Amino acid sequence: MKASPEGVLTGVHFLDGDQACSEGALAAGCRFSAGYPITPSTEIVERFAQRAPQIGGMFIQMEDELASSIAIQGAVWAGAKAFTVTSGPGFSLMMEHIGYAAMTETPLVIVDVQRGGPSTGLPTLPGQADMMQARWGSHGDYAIIALCPNSPQECFDLTIEAFNLSEKYRVPVLLMMDECVGHMTEKVVIPPADQIEIVPRRYTKLGPADYQPYHAGPDGVPEMAQAGEGYHFHVTGLTHDERGYPAMNAEAQEKLVRRQIEKIRGNADAIEHSEETFLEDADVVVVAYGITARVALRAVQMARERGIAAGLLRPLVIWPFPEKRIRELAARPRVAGFVVPEMNYGQIVLEVERCVKGQAPVLSLPSAGGAFHLPEDILEKINHLAPMAKEAR
Amino acid sequence: MSLLSESATPFCSAANPVEQFLRTERMPHIWCPGCGIGTTVNCFASALLQSQLNLDKVVVVSGIGCTGRVAGYVNLDSFHTTHGRAIPFATGMKLANPDLTVVVYSGDGDLISIGGNHLIHAARRNVDLKVICVNNFIYGMTGGQAAPTTPAGAITSTTPYGGFEQSFNLPNLVESCGAVYVARWTTYHVRQVAHAIKEMFRKKGFCFLEILAPCPTLYERRNRLGDGLDMMKYYKDQSEVRHGAPTKEVGISYQGPIVVGKFVDIERPTFLELMNQQLARTLEAEYTGCGGDHVRS
Repeated sequence: MKASPEGVLTGVHFLDGDQACSEGALAAGCRFSAGYPITPSTEIVERFAQRAPQIGGMFIQMEDELASSIAIQGAVWAGAKAFTVTSGPGFSLMMEHIGYAAMTETPLVIVDVQRGGPSTGLPTLPGQADMMQARWGSHGDYAIIALCPNSPQECFDLTIEAFNLSEKYRVPVLLMMDECVGHMTEKVVIPPADQIEIVPRRYTKLGPADYQPYHAGPDGVPEMAQAGEGYHFHVTGLTHDERGYPAMNAEAQEKLVRRQIEKIRGNADAIEHSEETFLEDADVVVVAYGITARVALRAVQMARERGIAAGLLRPLVIWPFPEKRIRELAARPRVAGFVVPEMNYGQIVLEVERCVKGQAPVLSLPSAGGAFHLPEDILEKINHLAPMAKEAR
Repeated sequence: MSLLSESATPFCSAANPVEQFLRTERMPHIWCPGCGIGTTVNCFASALLQSQLNLDKVVVVSGIGCTGRVAGYVNLDSFHTTHGRAIPFATGMKLANPDLTVVVYSGDGDLISIGGNHLIHAARRNVDLKVICVNNFIYGMTGGQAAPTTPAGAITSTTPYGGFEQSFNLPNLVESCGAVYVARWTTYHVRQVAHAIKEMFRKKGFCFLEILAPCPTLYERRNRLGDGLDMMKYYKDQSEVRHGAPTKEVGISYQGPIVVGKFVDIERPTFLELMNQQLARTLEAEYTGCGGDHVRS
């Protein structure tokens, strides 16, 4: 279906990433947000608090991030599309409710505008060190989807994509921004509502007598009911059977957890979204995301100017990880190696190494955050690998 | 289970009138013999029966713990959430669909300890929630540890030499935070409990009912207080009905007197009423309302 026009601020704007994210949520049909102030994410809900009541939506400032991240789930089961936003310590506090949303298959979006950590760290400066936390931070086994925008325009576009993916797969989707992307101001083009594709909630068409809340279709995704519609259904964070009732045994656990992971893993090709620049003939592949990818693109251009065939793979969907694509690149004889710059001490590089399986060197270019990389530093790593490319040929 | 399903047939004159409110296919329940939680559920079901509410619009939200399991046994839309977070979940649900009657049904450890921050803020905001707090003085599900409601002097598994911390006076706590309806009864007072729940259904705003309930397995046994029946005798002998009692006078001491009754019943605009007033005043014609059909996708 198409976006509802009243939430879409069609036009050409000059917005920062946080504001663009807020507009993306409204365009996606989100009309409920609960949040708790934390730098550098707060501007998202500040804008939402101003805009939403004008179009029938609402914002409530909760007492903490635990409350925010569960209040949105209550709103979702009451029928709303909902999101919350946070950063740093707030993201840590939300971990339990990411697990609850995964277990109960509650569609929602959580935005993490990453800052330097650990602990209070660098509230006003960027980081990318929550990438593994996004994937694994809640206890137990589960799968989520995470996206990484690198511009205010993408903060708008990927927020819509995040809502759509959350509804399609009934999964919490994490928008992993960073302070640079959140606070940089650029041109943002918001298209007319009839050009924005929206995935509606997958409500059951069955009547209450036939409906089983956790009976999944062929794609592994069960259909939802809404509180107040006469279904008298049960939702629990306990391991449950297809009726939604607690089932405390290994068989039920295996069946449920396997399906919940498989609905993401098995649909990874459909979820994948990457941008490739100069990869066709690349000898050296840079894998980068978020603000670091913009620096990496400059480094790749500088390498090309110096006659080195460098290319950039930029995952917009970072979880599930684009493992198939990395494997394909690693298997190319001419690819001499990978460079992975990121504002953390080596997180996504571990995934790249896992997929490359020793077929080529993988160079990490870590940073503890606080400032983004310089193109020259990435170029230096590309230069390391360039001579090996000649040997390979 | 077969006995229960037989008793639900129209040929059996002994069918329990509250059974329609229960997920009988989930029986037997997990609660111990002598536990008071089942009694409170019976009262809740009676209140539903007598209130004639549209059951499609009544939602039960629970946290974690023995009382947290109530959500799973009531034949309504029901949500068994995370530990301590039933109130903020219920807040989101009520705001997104104000047509729902949202009941928060949980225990003292869940609502008062780990969920204490949410309790005080929901009372302050006067979110229209009906909070039923079953207070058995202890963490039952995890094996009988001390709670912020455990009276000083009681023995628990984590206070084996006797507790000494001051416990919360729950009616006083929630009244001071802004609750519009506050009552306390025990599982001895089944009619009064059902009546209080009916009153909460009719009341708009943050309502809080504390129900003292025995935990024979973990609280009474460790403190050599007898079984569930002995606790009923204690409740009967030591309860003093004092409607309108100043809540600062209703604190509970170890095996001491219990003041029961309705302590608070006041009028105060709810969160949604205030929000709508404020936004209508500020945005004027631009504001066409929030919640319900506006926010539902």
